Amino acid sequence: MKFMLLIYNRPGFVEELSEAERTELFGEVDAIMAELTASGELLGGEALADPAQTRTVRVRDGVPAVTDGPFMEAKEHFAGYLLVECESTERATDIAARWPDARRWAMEVRPVMSESGTEM
Amino acid sequence: MSLDAPAEDLLRELAPQVLGVLVRRHGQFDACEDAVQEALLAATVQWPVDGLPDHPFGWLLTVADRRLIDHWRSERARRNREERLAAQAPADEQVAPAPDGEPAGARDDALTLLFLCCHPALSGASQVALTLRAVGGLTTAQIADAFLVPEATMAQRISRAKQRIKAAGGRFGTPAGPDAVERLRAVLHVLYLIFNEGYTASSGPDLHRTDLTAEAIRLTRAIHRLRPDDGEIAGLLALMLLTDSRRAARTGADGALIPLAEQDRTRWHAESIREGTDLVTDALTWGPPGPYQVQAAIAAVHAEAARAEDTDWPQILALYRLLAHLSPGPMVTLNRSVAAAMVHGPQAGLDLLDTLAGDERMAGRHRVWAVRGHLLELAGDREAAREAYRTAARRTTSLPERRYLEIRAARVGGSA
Repeated sequence: MKFMLLIYNRPGFVEELSEAERTELFGEVDAIMAELTASGELLGGEALADPAQTRTVRVRDGVPAVTDGPFMEAKEHFAGYLLVECESTERATDIAARWPDARRWAMEVRPVMSESGTEM
Repeated sequence: MSLDAPAEDLLRELAPQVLGVLVRRHGQFDACEDAVQEALLAATVQWPVDGLPDHPFGWLLTVADRRLIDHWRSERARRNREERLAAQAPADEQVAPAPDGEPAGARDDALTLLFLCCHPALSGASQVALTLRAVGGLTTAQIADAFLVPEATMAQRISRAKQRIKAAGGRFGTPAGPDAVERLRAVLHVLYLIFNEGYTASSGPDLHRTDLTAEAIRLTRAIHRLRPDDGEIAGLLALMLLTDSRRAARTGADGALIPLAEQDRTRWHAESIREGTDLVTDALTWGPPGPYQVQAAIAAVHAEAARAEDTDWPQILALYRLLAHLSPGPMVTLNRSVAAAMVHGPQAGLDLLDTLAGDERMAGRHRVWAVRGHLLELAGDREAAREAYRTAARRTTSLPERRYLEIRAARVGGSA
């Protein structure tokens, strides 16, 4: 099954870490990515830019309204994702639990819909 | 330029035979498998330009053998082995191919390779990937495409699977004793998984994935030819043919799923139904049936009904009882509850469904809710049916199933 693991954290928190903490954090992430690559479970993933670079688009009555931001002091934002294919939901949850952001903020494990289906 | 279809079929049929000879000759399944892949790629490049060689089997074997030796030569650590190999080479070359270009026993190698690819040390996904490459002769890119994953991911899965077989001491040989039954079951399960992956792919943009059904049928047919007296192999082949016969009727033009009862049966593939029915009818006379034979028999009973209302439900219910005895499981109970409802009324089906309530294997599975919705609808409890369909729709991870269930929920009506 394919899962998207959504990473949530506070924008800019990395700057506040000591060098040792940063090294440890990136080390953890590298180790998990290496493991998922070796196991053939990793399908992809991306990190998102700072929320300050977000544009929000809303179309009402056919008129698009584009705003920069949100600029409000977001406590948590959607910072990036991993796309994995695992044997079970439990395995996907284990991966999320080991991702460092899960300790301070949160990870979401979302099953990805497939185009395959069985008639009933 | 690319290979025409007959040449590609030939290539794919020869691939496991060439691999079998190489593994027998040199051992080292992983290195031999890489060499065969390289030979296959060389053929797809050279054959369209130079034409089909007189002896395609010999051509592939020579190229693969040369690649293997090149590979070993480039590895210093293999120097000793290379010397032994060089000394042996002339003798090997004298093993002349049979007049048809294939040495005797080459076909049997396909089955031996299947046993190796379905090694118990591997996960289901790895068994499937390795089988398609080593036995099916598909390229990594084709397999990745069929399973909708990046090529690098699929390459990694295949290479890891080969390492695991090596680490587990997997040997090129036919398993014997009680192990043999278990291993054959694993092989059949992998072929079934390949079939199902293709069959459940909807039409339209995913059409190329349905090639997997053809591939699964081709491989199952090949081992049926090798072991014609094995009832379960015959049963699996029959099950695939009978299921596949409904492919054109199972989805609408927009890709929407059409349930069995509403399918246009004139669109069922008569030739597949005939072949599947003959196979399973014959196999059932050989002795105590196995689960694939019984499932094929159920599919055959559905197939013989010209209209949904002509379905012989009492016979289907009896077959599900037999299946529940042979291989009990929640999916069998689920399907059996539909048959029970058709014979004894919706409440009988719902009662049977209730026995699944405590079954953790079905917890959260949408199919129980979908069947419950269907049975409640038959019972006339529209409101409860709608809720059940909605629950099922929320729990499925399949887009076409979700669309189908949402439409079902809307159609059943009831007060909002």
